[in-house]
Amino acid sequence: MNRRRFVALSVLAVPVSAYAQANAHISTTDPLVFSLTKGKTVNPGRVRLELPRLAENGYSVPMTVRVDSPMTAAQHVRAVHLISEKNPVREMASFWLGPHSGRAEIASRIRLNGSQRMVAIAELSDGSFWSDALDIEVLEAACTEAG
Amino acid sequence: MALARIRMAEQARRGELVEVQLLIQHPMETGFRRDANGERVPRNAIHSFACSYNGSEVFRATLSTGIAANPMLRFYFVAAETGEVRFWWLDDDEVEGSARARLMVA
Repeated sequence: MNRRRFVALSVLAVPVSAYAQANAHISTTDPLVFSLTKGKTVNPGRVRLELPRLAENGYSVPMTVRVDSPMTAAQHVRAVHLISEKNPVREMASFWLGPHSGRAEIASRIRLNGSQRMVAIAELSDGSFWSDALDIEVLEAACTEAG
Repeated sequence: MALARIRMAEQARRGELVEVQLLIQHPMETGFRRDANGERVPRNAIHSFACSYNGSEVFRATLSTGIAANPMLRFYFVAAETGEVRFWWLDDDEVEGSARARLMVA
């Protein structure tokens, strides 16, 4: 590699590494994540996923997801996607909200096929994506035969 | 046949946040479970859910077998006019379920 080429490459490398850093907590090349974000950057923050750290079994685990948003016509959360790392069906749920929601908070009870990392991705009205990831330990998986 | 229990305030002031908690009686069968004879129980889960308030949609969800049996959902909407809140859902067997509640807005 000659000097000219090296300089050209290093200029390229800066935005690439910034992109990689913003996405470090979540794999954007994951086909499921890609299908939701269409390859856009997923920023860490603004989303808070709440799960117990440890669950005795994975049959029914309480889950709350909150997104920091004023929920006005101009600025609101469009959708929240819940992704599992290890479940046979990885796309657990998607929720669609709008300014009429008033508060970007959804709670449910989920099934988990063993200890894993859970990811919540929020799509905002300005087209940006934000996320939170959380590790949860599950002592007894919900679907032992799922393989 | 699915039964649902709704927990929601009966009255609210205009502009106030209304919390809805819904519990639907449904097995959310994963398709991985075997019955007593060792036969696989076919998958049957609620995959679509929607909530409308006075005819316009305020919340929508796509669910999967990753949601626990007898699914619980809690969400919010802003009170505007006195009217009806309708809940609708559909499972893999194409069985629809619905429920409704009334909200008085002062």
